[in-house]
Amino acid sequence: MSRTPVALVTGYLGSGKTTLIRHLLEHPAMGETAVIVNELGEIGIDHAILRRVDERTVLLASGCLCCTLRGDLVDELRDLVDRRDAGEVPPFRRVVVETTGLADPAPIVNTLLAEPLVRHQYALETIVATLDAQHGLRGPESLRQAAAADLLLVTKVDLADGSSVEADARALNPVAEVVQIVGGELHPDRLFSGARAACVHSTRALSAHAHDDEVRSVSVALEGPVDWLAFGVWLTMLLHARGPEILRVKGLLDVGGEGPLLLNAVQHVVHPPEHLAAWPDGDRRSRLVFIGSGFTPEALERSLRAFVA
Amino acid sequence: MCALCGVLRNEHWADEGAGRRARVIRAALLERVVAHFGLGLREWAGQYVVSDGKGRTEVAGDLASVWMSAERLLGRPLDPLDPRLVDAL
Repeated sequence: MSRTPVALVTGYLGSGKTTLIRHLLEHPAMGETAVIVNELGEIGIDHAILRRVDERTVLLASGCLCCTLRGDLVDELRDLVDRRDAGEVPPFRRVVVETTGLADPAPIVNTLLAEPLVRHQYALETIVATLDAQHGLRGPESLRQAAAADLLLVTKVDLADGSSVEADARALNPVAEVVQIVGGELHPDRLFSGARAACVHSTRALSAHAHDDEVRSVSVALEGPVDWLAFGVWLTMLLHARGPEILRVKGLLDVGGEGPLLLNAVQHVVHPPEHLAAWPDGDRRSRLVFIGSGFTPEALERSLRAFVA
Repeated sequence: MCALCGVLRNEHWADEGAGRRARVIRAALLERVVAHFGLGLREWAGQYVVSDGKGRTEVAGDLASVWMSAERLLGRPLDPLDPRLVDAL
């Protein structure tokens, strides 16, 4: 049985999430979509299955905050499947989950990846974050949301020039696609095409002048195959020791196969690594992007090389 | 619960597809790393046994649990960016 794809839509308060979802749901290609939102009544679309959830976070013993389970989301996602199977709601082929403006996306990602019944039924397809062209990145919540994103949408560019916010977004998160939109206009394929998985663009050294406590992105490239066993030791150790400081890790690793291994982590919620059939371009070097604070690019690269060389 | 701990997952991400031989090889690297912090580690029956100089031991089922056990025994997390560790490796 194929799992139902889920798109997670996050973004700061008033940054255009609801407008985006409303526009997406008007598109004919978005029929048979279940939407889980925080505020009913704002979307106002009849054909979608709308469910409202209240944020309820379940913090399990000895857990860290970013690895909590969102109990509300678990209940909703399981209930949707049960009611679909019972014929109580129309069949749906995809799900859009809207977060609150202040939500940390990591517990939601963790819920989709780690909760056994949920991950059996659903597959996280993409994380979309909206950034208002007038205000850009605002505070720690906004940074966490933008760092987690696969697709960053600069909204309201009819009201303000979006170029500065777009540049900030690209500098913060070089593994995301960044697009300017007006009025929430976006083709649904941008959320559900599945083509964004291998989007690890660059080996740029970014924000070279940033202070250690400033959130920034760091890229590392390695020639030749990487020892996967040693890499696992290094990354688990890094995420354990510096988990709160690391907002995102994404990379393509040469582990000696025909294609690379895709690695993707939101804070220290790690997606199961995925073997890709082929490299996305002619560059066959392993490349990793880290978004976070509290480390220098040099220290990170030196440590990684010491472990995997 | 932490996703890294793998408590709610069947298999930790770093262990997917890894057999006994892989665990033994990885244990050798882990032993070198924790030794830098004054701890010991050995692979035993598919698990890792972490110990300190006071005779305390903890059994860890996967990599994430190794770092949690090591932190409990040491009293602080083991930092892979520690320049002295990097030099030692």
